[in-house]
Amino acid sequence: MLRTTVALAIASVVTSFALAGEIRVQCYSDGNECEVTQELVKRFESQNADVKVLIDKVPYKAVLETLPVQLAAGEGPDIARVTDLGGLSRYYLDITPYVKDPKAWEANFGQTLKWMRPTPSDKGIYGMMTQLTVTGPFVNKTLFEQAKVPMPGPKATWDEWAAATRQVAKATQVPYAMAFDRSGHRFTGAAISQGAKVFDAKGNLAIDDGFKAMAKKFYDWNRDGTMPKEVWGGVGGSTYRDAFEEFANGRVVLYLSGSWQVARMEKQIGRNFDWVVVPNPCGPGGCTGLPGGAAFVALKRTKNPKDVGRFLDFLASDAVYAEYMAKTDNIPASTAVAKKGVDYNIAPAAKSALGVFVGQVGSLSPVAYEIQGYKYNRALFNPTAQRLGQAVAGEMTLDDALKRISADIDEQVKAASK
Amino acid sequence: MRVPSPVRALPAGALRLAFGLFEVPMRALQRLLGVPRIGWVFVAPNLVVLGLFTFLPIAINFWYAFTGGAQLYPGERPYVGGENFAILFECTNHLDPSTCRKDLFWRAVYNTGAFAMLQVTLMVLFSLVTALVLNRKVLGRGFFRGVFFYPVLLSPVVVALIWKWILQREGVLNALVQSAGGAGVEWLNVSGWAFSWTVFVSIWAHMGFYTLILLAGLQAIPAELYEAAQMDHASPWRRFSRITLPLLMPNLLVVVVLALIRAVQVFDEVFVLTGGGPGSATLYVVQFIYQTAFAESIRLYGIAAAASLVLALALLALTLVQLRLSRRAVEGGAGARDA
Repeated sequence: MLRTTVALAIASVVTSFALAGEIRVQCYSDGNECEVTQELVKRFESQNADVKVLIDKVPYKAVLETLPVQLAAGEGPDIARVTDLGGLSRYYLDITPYVKDPKAWEANFGQTLKWMRPTPSDKGIYGMMTQLTVTGPFVNKTLFEQAKVPMPGPKATWDEWAAATRQVAKATQVPYAMAFDRSGHRFTGAAISQGAKVFDAKGNLAIDDGFKAMAKKFYDWNRDGTMPKEVWGGVGGSTYRDAFEEFANGRVVLYLSGSWQVARMEKQIGRNFDWVVVPNPCGPGGCTGLPGGAAFVALKRTKNPKDVGRFLDFLASDAVYAEYMAKTDNIPASTAVAKKGVDYNIAPAAKSALGVFVGQVGSLSPVAYEIQGYKYNRALFNPTAQRLGQAVAGEMTLDDALKRISADIDEQVKAASK
Repeated sequence: MRVPSPVRALPAGALRLAFGLFEVPMRALQRLLGVPRIGWVFVAPNLVVLGLFTFLPIAINFWYAFTGGAQLYPGERPYVGGENFAILFECTNHLDPSTCRKDLFWRAVYNTGAFAMLQVTLMVLFSLVTALVLNRKVLGRGFFRGVFFYPVLLSPVVVALIWKWILQREGVLNALVQSAGGAGVEWLNVSGWAFSWTVFVSIWAHMGFYTLILLAGLQAIPAELYEAAQMDHASPWRRFSRITLPLLMPNLLVVVVLALIRAVQVFDEVFVLTGGGPGSATLYVVQFIYQTAFAESIRLYGIAAAASLVLALALLALTLVQLRLSRRAVEGGAGARDA
């Protein structure tokens, strides 16, 4: 009896810790990423019988709000799918010793590996991009055809797009011409096209003339009814809110979001109307959006670093990665896979949309890549959403909002650097 | 002669055995500590739980309020003295939030003040009227008591989601308005409307609880007093103002103070319903604390902890007022009855 009790006690203590060979992956989905990962896990486990991979599917909000607290407290999963690539970098595990061919990783993912590194001089491998994203506009082609308004060309400016979509909205009695996701990330892409450099000469985040120019346009569009005020002004804080439903319900002519919405567009809009993705509108800073994406990152708190490295190495192998991209309709970050091309099994509209996004990867502004790789980029993105939202809601003037964004950036970067 | 049944005798024997087992160590403890201190042994389990889950977090909160940086571990946070409080209170004009360094904190303070005043006044009024009606012999009284109490049983998130479904642009309310020939209203996207709805939804969700307290108070008033007043031909208003209201005062005070404390702590329903928007029109203090500490990428735990201490002080003041007023009311009530 005593022996049984002791054995049970030991067993319960052991199971409360991670088992050897067991890794937990925290995953959120934009479309079907977690489901596809689960499929691949089965294959990985059949090839690596000593490792068990558990997928914990969580909402995106948990990744933004709960995971950082877990990690700061030394808790959390072994691998997580995250989008704040630089902000969480101090919790990442360098898996270089556990991957078969670090040079292949560098060759394939070199452009995005640096987004996850805590310092520019660091050469570690911390994770693998599960999707490369590019922000850009979706346009309701059917409305343009109904209004008999010609769609602006690939080099059209934001002002030209605003004028054209307003004309379409008026002719088709659609309430709004344009909408942006409520996200500082989306806004910053457009601001860079207006000439925003985002960083000052000392390398600090700065609200410059280009940023202000885009803020002015954006503010005016919200005030004059070109954009629906409720998307940015309707909620508080830096809360993310997309304008997908507005676009999918045919209430908006142009919708600025990003490549991760393609699968959702295909699924939810279907044959309701024709939609296309167009190149990012232009301005003095070029025709650019912002790159981004999500990555599976290895986390330091793991008790099984070797297995974590093996699993990520498996996912990053060319064949598996290509399959993952094809099944999730995402843009590959691996140059080898991008070069070979991905065999997407999707409708022609979605395929063409992804083609437009992929075509922009090489032509995005260097500033866009710089801000994406900057550790404290959310010190810019979050106050942008919050303060411009307040200005749109009529709570403060645009000038005050811009001053507040600067002050918030200073406060947050100063606190993070302490 | 009553013979104890074996069923009754067994637990008694078991209890005696259990107490017997405790007796030996308790006697030893009493010898060790002395009779006056043995009471501490009995309250120790509660003290440990309170200490771990209440007093320790309060102490940690104090440490966070006096330290800076964005680190979570207390040991990694640099001591900054009263800097966080200075930042919170740095204003050119405290009556104008836009002149304050932490403008959102002051917006939240003023929003919370306005919310508490309006919500508590209306809540007490509606609860009192409802309790008075439900105290009468009306048809379906039990059913209506259940109906008014039902929202109290719902989770605040469920309450907020139900009302969001009703109030959103393509929601039930706008469908009704439009079917009656009116134009839809952006109930949650216009500052004034959004604020008013947070007040209304909060009253709807909590009114049943306060109604119940007042109903209990009404039922404790002796019926003979009303009979005597009726015999004296006292008007209904006179009966209400001279009998009901004075004797209900202790319950009313409890309701006012509890509602006030709860209003100052408002968070969950509003967070789900409006997210603090539009802009910061429905941003209340607890949400400010939550956002500052947990919703930003760079988390200013020190500012959030300082704001939570300020809130705690406000709640402490309200609690002290409640204690003083309720003591006075009880003494006054007892005096009135004695007279």
